Amino acid sequence: MIGGLFIYNHKGEVLISRVYRDDIGKTWNPSYTSPPSPSHWNHMRNAVDAFRVNVIHARQQVRSPVTNIARTSFFHVKRSNIWLAAVTKQNVNAAMVFEFLYKMCDVMTAYFGKISEENIKNNFVLIYELLDEILDFGYPQNSETGALKTFITQQGIKGQTKEEQSQITSQVTGQIGWRREGIKYRRNELFLDVLESVNLLMSPQGQVLSAHVSGRVVMKSYLSGMPECKFGMNDKIVIDKQGKGGASDDAGKSGKQSIAIDDCTFHQCVRLSKFDSERSISFIPPDGEYELMRYRTTKDIILPFRVIPLVREVGRTKLEVKVVIKSNFKPSLLAQKIEVRIPTPLNTSGVQVICMKGKAKYKASENAIVWKIKRMAGMKESQISAEIELLPTNDKKKWARPPISMNFEVPFAPSGLKVRYLKVFESKLNYSDHDVIKWVRYIGRSGIYETRC
Amino acid sequence: MMNDSLFSLVCAGEIFELKAELNSDKKEKKKEAVKKVIASMTVGKDVSALFPDVVNCMQTDNLELKKLVYLYLMNYAKSQPDMAIMAVNTFVKDCEDPNPLIRALAVRTMGCIRVDKITEYLCEPLRKCLKDEDPYVRKTAAVCVAKLHDINAQLVEDQGFLDTLKDLISDSNPMVVANAVAALSEIAESHPNSNLLDLNPQTINKLLTALNECTEWGQIFILDCLANYTPRDDRESQSICERVTPRLSHANSAVVLSAVKVLMKFMEMLPKDLDYYGTLLKKLAPPLVTLLSAEPELQYVALRNINLIVQRRPEILKHEMKVFFVKYNDPIYVKLEKLDIMIRLASQANIAQVLAELKEYATEVDVDFVRKAVRAIGRCAIKVEQSAERCVSTLLDLIQTKVNYVVQEAIVVIKDIFRKYPNKYESVIATLCENLDSLDEPEARAAMIWIVGEYAERIDNADELLESFLEGFHDESTQVQLQLLTAIVKLFLKKPTETQELVQQVLSLATQDSDNPDLRDRGYIYWRLLSTDPVAAKEVVLAEKPLISEETDLIEPTLLEELICHIGTLASVYHKPPSAFVEGSRGVQHKRLPGSSVESPDTGSAAGVSEAPPAVIPSQGDLLGDLLNLDLTPPTTTGPPPPSSGMQMGAMDLLGGGLDSLVGYLHSTVWLPAMKAKGLEISGTFARRAGVIQMEMTLTNKAMSVMTDFAIQFNRNSFGLAPAGPLQVLTPLSPNQSIEVTLPLNTVGPVMKMEPLNNLQVAVKNNIDVFYFSCQYPISMLFVEDGKMERQVFLATWKDIPNDNESQFQIKDCHLNSDAASNKLQGSNIFTIAKRTVEGQDMLYQSMKLTNGIWVLAELRVQAGNPNYTISLKCRAPEVSQCVFQSYEAVLKN
Repeated sequence: MIGGLFIYNHKGEVLISRVYRDDIGKTWNPSYTSPPSPSHWNHMRNAVDAFRVNVIHARQQVRSPVTNIARTSFFHVKRSNIWLAAVTKQNVNAAMVFEFLYKMCDVMTAYFGKISEENIKNNFVLIYELLDEILDFGYPQNSETGALKTFITQQGIKGQTKEEQSQITSQVTGQIGWRREGIKYRRNELFLDVLESVNLLMSPQGQVLSAHVSGRVVMKSYLSGMPECKFGMNDKIVIDKQGKGGASDDAGKSGKQSIAIDDCTFHQCVRLSKFDSERSISFIPPDGEYELMRYRTTKDIILPFRVIPLVREVGRTKLEVKVVIKSNFKPSLLAQKIEVRIPTPLNTSGVQVICMKGKAKYKASENAIVWKIKRMAGMKESQISAEIELLPTNDKKKWARPPISMNFEVPFAPSGLKVRYLKVFESKLNYSDHDVIKWVRYIGRSGIYETRC
Repeated sequence: MMNDSLFSLVCAGEIFELKAELNSDKKEKKKEAVKKVIASMTVGKDVSALFPDVVNCMQTDNLELKKLVYLYLMNYAKSQPDMAIMAVNTFVKDCEDPNPLIRALAVRTMGCIRVDKITEYLCEPLRKCLKDEDPYVRKTAAVCVAKLHDINAQLVEDQGFLDTLKDLISDSNPMVVANAVAALSEIAESHPNSNLLDLNPQTINKLLTALNECTEWGQIFILDCLANYTPRDDRESQSICERVTPRLSHANSAVVLSAVKVLMKFMEMLPKDLDYYGTLLKKLAPPLVTLLSAEPELQYVALRNINLIVQRRPEILKHEMKVFFVKYNDPIYVKLEKLDIMIRLASQANIAQVLAELKEYATEVDVDFVRKAVRAIGRCAIKVEQSAERCVSTLLDLIQTKVNYVVQEAIVVIKDIFRKYPNKYESVIATLCENLDSLDEPEARAAMIWIVGEYAERIDNADELLESFLEGFHDESTQVQLQLLTAIVKLFLKKPTETQELVQQVLSLATQDSDNPDLRDRGYIYWRLLSTDPVAAKEVVLAEKPLISEETDLIEPTLLEELICHIGTLASVYHKPPSAFVEGSRGVQHKRLPGSSVESPDTGSAAGVSEAPPAVIPSQGDLLGDLLNLDLTPPTTTGPPPPSSGMQMGAMDLLGGGLDSLVGYLHSTVWLPAMKAKGLEISGTFARRAGVIQMEMTLTNKAMSVMTDFAIQFNRNSFGLAPAGPLQVLTPLSPNQSIEVTLPLNTVGPVMKMEPLNNLQVAVKNNIDVFYFSCQYPISMLFVEDGKMERQVFLATWKDIPNDNESQFQIKDCHLNSDAASNKLQGSNIFTIAKRTVEGQDMLYQSMKLTNGIWVLAELRVQAGNPNYTISLKCRAPEVSQCVFQSYEAVLKN
């Protein structure tokens, strides 16, 4: 299991260090001939230094998130310029260690916001307290922020009654570790956001090399008691099943309206065995905001934009670039925050741009022409043309021609996903499904949306 | 800011100041002081001098302060063991606190204080906490047992904590179960043979129930533990799989990977024709693909594992090529791994797409990545024959870019393409030669030299090219030197007139001026070959090369199986067994997939049986159970890997003849090595069974395509041997398959005297070509069953045959007595007619008759205590004597 956990700043100075096991760093220094010092604190220093020297201060780019130095394995993730490193000497579950490091970041963010050197220094006592709770002898324990916040407060837990204490422990260890009892709202309300990122890789000729949508259903629930929820969407498997059972309503319509989901994963509150057997999504939601599910689709994706590039090299010192973008959705809808990024060679000396709509600028520091359009309705077309002057170079290596990338936001789900219902049942309290105010919105964003040129 | 000053604490004088603050009456001041101490500790300053003062702060009802003091204790207790005892009292008291959070905190911290003296005080509180009414305390106590075991294993066993821990598996709280499983698994790892984690269907059922209810981390502990279990039969295996599959939809990638591990392992036990088996295969693909949308670090772990899964079960992801396409912004470690998997998944169906992608990658920036992409193009050419031409032209395009490392990498892979498809793409050699000067890496230089040597006859200035390399011979790496030596010898054999000087030069460089024994030896071998027998040299040096395998970098099957059992863990990331990077007793066990080896797997009750001392005869019941156990595991098709490289076969052939004559005739000999017969290997032996002469052959297809239409023919031979029927190879022989055929022979074919007498020339035909080989048969197979002469006739014949026809041989080192020898010989139709004993020496008179009616008479002299026999043979056709003697020797010594 995890032997120790360290947090470094960008200089490689240790901000937090928590050692769970003695074995790390024990045999790290081969020239260590004198009997080991009684303080294992010193052993640990070796592991700490090994990571700093070999990874943080390494000359080249990091080649792997897992590093083995002198039979000690280091896992690291980086958040802005903070390094989190888990250390072990055993054959641990590597996927678990990374999942834990991400979780650790989530917990810290939930407690004190952005993970920065200053925030970590200001909250180091809290972090130690958290680490003591969520990692015991290197084994991850309950790490749900909802549960942790009930008893790791930095305020002490003096005033608790016996009932409150046992409520905390049963929540931390219990089956529904993500929600506490006795939540009350005057107004029962829930918000559902279907957030999709549409990814595309297109060849210069307009052939789709790969496209997929990775979507998330994020829920904000402000519901009283322990509500039982059921979520339904236009999943093809469910719709087809129902179509078979009931009267076969017009097949053409349902065929278009259901979508094939390649795969989906759920928050731990969802009963997976029920999904496996009946494909129904039922759960008791955590309070507040959380991610209910993630999914991925690859079939019948609505690609909101099409990029048509044309790059022509005129001699050795000039490039002519023309890019057309076409919007491909209902004319009544508006796409926003559109940005097209056209890479330019490193030896660019000057750029002239003409665009029909929006603003375009050459950004020398980013080696790209950035073309921004605030809004664009569906079924429209716009164009940019640029002349790029190049400095003559004797560099033999050709310009790698990075792909043209795009950013945008559209008010629909490119996968075609629709929320059919979200039912709320709370048998003990006297509010019914009808009393709950529900909000649903769809946002489609560009993920990695690239066209090669 | 105050907290900033916490971190900037430096001078020693402040220790004194802190001491004062720690002993302050004000709680707030105390707390701030302890915080400062912890801050200094974090940045590596030694604050152990403050031990007594900090411990004094422990007696407090402020939980935050308490936690800080505990943190300090955990770090420094070991350096001040005597003072650490001071803390024990507080711990013991805290373990009785009415607040479960404080009880748990105390037991958790006590386990972390690794001081021997404290451990004995820990036992009582721990025992109570393991049975605490609050699940939070119990789950913490469960982990504490593992901590204590790490400090003092004996103590844990003596105190019976292991049994209590086992009981916790049946706890009502899922988190307690999960932590108990984790603790037990860890303890079991350091006692490989203990039956600690007694996994049986009942406990498995409990674990599966807890699996649905516990936290994501608990699910991982349980799944990892489940993976160590070996189900009794396919039905149990299926039912576990059914209950594990829902985990594939979990948001936590580690849960998914651990579930995949369990499924991959238990799938081995399911019959392949089962519907469920197919369903399961289909269910595995989507979650694996989903892992690729996780954060890059997890993607990396997932990709390393997918690499293993694809090797073990290529069918799972064969349609998912696109998801492995590299994205521009992927971190380099993700890119490299994706590329690896793309090559593994490349097939005729998707090759066009793959090639287009690889071409894109070859223009990227990262040198390692570009190299790997270029290499991948070559590997595609070798793997998918239809694409070879496109690959070669792509590589040529890349060479035109003149980017140094691209060119070098391209040349290395083109060499392999030449090997795979000889005489097909030589037109590109000219382009390659243009880039000769830019090659500075040994591998590329060696590859280029190989190409020049191999195609010397088509390159007009091959001698000049090679000569140019020769100038700096001693500065080259060994790889290049060896290649240069061979290439020049090849050149010499192809164009002997113009290159004599060159070959002299390289031979003397290699043999006289070099310190490298490999190089010297190779030089000497060539030299001798060339000076004694140029024809033989030609046959050796210019021999047809063995086929190169289409898959490279495959993990060796037993290691692969072990790694599959470690999916999700570091072992699967490093692609190394745990023993390679874990110290001590942990990880030494090698895990196996169920049913794939004779040895029973290491866990559960099966291990107990196999570990039982062999001297104890199990009672019948046990034995039956054991046998049933074994029988129920269905055999899997994982045979030993087919030898993939031609080198092995070549080596066998070199030694073949010599070894076999030493060992005896019964061993089958490789008659036709695969490299001489376009992948067909024939080995075999001759025998006489129940009066019928048989040729027993094993045909092995080591080529890539199916072989059919086998036929066999013999050349005329000394005894008129001929096939008595057609060669019975009914089914087509698919790649890597072997078939054993028995061909009955008769002796009515055309006769021609051969040299040696027992030589047989054989022609074998299949759909590819006709192949020739010759073999020698033991003449004893021609001895007929009615070869026993009448005594009188024997005496008369012995006298009748002139003495000139008598030949005498010595059979050395034979330790049989005369009777045993006689019996043995009779089995080969050599009959003893009479036996005489003169002065302790046994004389056996024997006769045998060949199929063509020739009689052979023999006198065998056996002296007791002397391992050397003397044999005199008399025959009207004395040519056979030598062969008969060989048969004697073979029969007696076998």
